[in-house]
Amino acid sequence: MPAAEPVFRREFPVKGGDFAKAGAAACEIKELLKDLGLDAATVRRAAIVAYEAEMNVIMYAWKARMDLAVSPDEVRLTVDDSGPGIADIELAMTEGYSTATAEMRELGFGAGMGLPNIKRNADVFAIDSEVGRGTRLDITIRTNGHHP
Amino acid sequence: MIVLKDVLALLDGELLTPASVLDTPFPKVFASDLMSDVLASAEPGALLLTGLANAHVVSTCSVADLAAVVFVQGKRPAPDVVVQALSRNLPLVATRLTMFEACSKIAGLVEDGGHARR
Repeated sequence: MPAAEPVFRREFPVKGGDFAKAGAAACEIKELLKDLGLDAATVRRAAIVAYEAEMNVIMYAWKARMDLAVSPDEVRLTVDDSGPGIADIELAMTEGYSTATAEMRELGFGAGMGLPNIKRNADVFAIDSEVGRGTRLDITIRTNGHHP
Repeated sequence: MIVLKDVLALLDGELLTPASVLDTPFPKVFASDLMSDVLASAEPGALLLTGLANAHVVSTCSVADLAAVVFVQGKRPAPDVVVQALSRNLPLVATRLTMFEACSKIAGLVEDGGHARR
């Protein structure tokens, strides 16, 4: 059965390298989802996914658009970035694998947990990347999903 | 369950967010300097001990529903980070104890069932 039409949509632009605004989009998404009346566990999962994705854009990409679409059944987040892309997606999905710089690690990020953590919190996760162009993430979190 | 008041007493901590509720209870405690690990493994409502004192700590705690932060080893966040925490009702504590000492004292308190032991 196709998912219900989104009742709420919003776009969030994210700029690569903008560490000063890191987390702004994720925190706004969290507040929106809370205001829409979603349960705390779903809101938390969506916020973590959004934050990890936002940090990935800030650390590695040039710019991105995060699209949030909420329906009664699911929260969908699409992150479409212009950036260097990922040559080996399987390797990038490995916990602990990271190409982060020392500066990123000093900020508390770049431990190689971002993509695996996004996948862990998602009910449906798809990643597509082209070297030299960018990466697209498509994440669905079911509001009534039985998540491990 | 341990509460913020116990943590302040045990760690000789300074409350950086004066209006915070002192009987905030913590069902879990998590210690890490890596916000990636906090996002991946800390449980909602947990107390975070960290040696990292930047704005990402506050954002991470907001996103992952952590209940309060202890900055160890004399680390202090910048005033704008404190303002950000106040706006999100996130209590912040600073202690001069090292991460190991702070964790060790809190572990003793947890083992005691929440009754402070010096």
